[in-house]
Amino acid sequence: MADDLEQKVIALIARKKKLDPASITVASTFQELGVDSLDAADLLFTFEDEFKIVVPDEAAQSMKSVGEVVDALRQLVKPAEAS
Amino acid sequence: MRRVAITGLGAVSALGIGVPALWDGLIAGRSGVGLITRFDTTHYLARVAAEVPGFAFESYFDSTELELLDPFAQFAIVAAREATAQAGLELADHERDRAGITFGSGMGGVTTQDDRYKRFYADLPTTRVHPFSIPRMMNNAAASQLSMRFGLRGPALAMATACAASSHAIGEAAEMIRAGRADVMLAGGADAPIAPGVVRCWEAMRVLAPVPKDGNASRACRPFSRDRLGMVLAEGAAVVVLESWERATGRGAAILAELAGYGATADAAHITQPGIDAPARAIAIALEQARLDPAEIDYVNAHGTGTRLNDPTETAIVKRAFGERAKSLAISATKAAHGHAMGASAALELIATVLAIRNGVVPPTINYTEPDPECDLDYVPNQARQMPVRAAISNSFAFGGLNAVLAVKKV
Repeated sequence: MADDLEQKVIALIARKKKLDPASITVASTFQELGVDSLDAADLLFTFEDEFKIVVPDEAAQSMKSVGEVVDALRQLVKPAEAS
Repeated sequence: MRRVAITGLGAVSALGIGVPALWDGLIAGRSGVGLITRFDTTHYLARVAAEVPGFAFESYFDSTELELLDPFAQFAIVAAREATAQAGLELADHERDRAGITFGSGMGGVTTQDDRYKRFYADLPTTRVHPFSIPRMMNNAAASQLSMRFGLRGPALAMATACAASSHAIGEAAEMIRAGRADVMLAGGADAPIAPGVVRCWEAMRVLAPVPKDGNASRACRPFSRDRLGMVLAEGAAVVVLESWERATGRGAAILAELAGYGATADAAHITQPGIDAPARAIAIALEQARLDPAEIDYVNAHGTGTRLNDPTETAIVKRAFGERAKSLAISATKAAHGHAMGASAALELIATVLAIRNGVVPPTINYTEPDPECDLDYVPNQARQMPVRAAISNSFAFGGLNAVLAVKKV
């Protein structure tokens, strides 16, 4: 069951890569989606904007799939939401 | 030594999109110069530029492509498409390793840089800039984009020699073909410097033409005329396709002209003031390589910026290089019409030179009103001139004393 964060991440990736959101799941890898290193930098910028966060380099490098993006963002977004 | 054929031309300039717009505008004596529209110039002394009119970027690129392309690279790609189409250039896979690109730009993606820095400094220290900023800004962005789009896997270089960048690019491309390092080269240059910060920097040098007293901005650039006011910044791109003579003739390509000679020298003297000896030497080197006697040159496309200093200096340079022949030369400065498009200028001017040879018509120096005793040669004032042109040279002298001259022969 996709939660809000997952849906938002999928929607952002779909928009950037001009893909059908229905074709993207948490299991989708960047490689499968055709997300190269430059696309990944672009996506990070978009996530930072969307969620008003700063993604540290270590977290950025861990993101190779939609699921990893969601996990990393969840850690970063949580404290902001709690405040 | 292998000969070098010019087989394709492409241009984006203040006179319009495409080589026909450039050439027709030049011959008609039309000016692409006007008031700056890209940003508000209320507090500027410099309010005149030569902007590319009606460049509907969305009709040339999709939104994903545009994110990665500064205007200078967009202009470059559009010009390269025209040049390769004219050349009918088709490269087999094995030919791509011997097909390259040399591309000039004075300032690279400076419109992007200006925009990013403006936003960044407005909100220190938290503002982030988009990750595509570097791929858009880097001076070699256009060279790389062209190599990617046209599948050029041979020598690829970006020239940053300011106002002479595309002359160096074309000259060095020809040298690569002559030396057997490549069989096909795309060469040219592009710049898009009409951004608020960049214009301010140029304004401070006191070389830019103001709006003339009569308010007619289109007449701001007046090379070789006594009432000249300065240079006019411009944007645009120009690309030529160069091929080894054997390849061009072998495939039955229409050869537009021979790129016969190239001379490059440096003043080694002053960071902005032009010299006389080194540019004259560049002309002599270009003629020698082309095996052309000064008496065989009919037309000189001048660097002709319209500044106080350039025009009399260039007059002296031409006299030094050509001696008595200088008085018989048709000389024109097309920058009066297309402005000074920095790294694109020399390539735009080479195209004008090639078409002068092919069409037997020399483009005029427009906005010429008053003879200057220090500029006393034939500058083809205001009206295009029908005359046979056997061979011609195009001069480009960059700030910092880096000079390049191209010699072109009729085929």
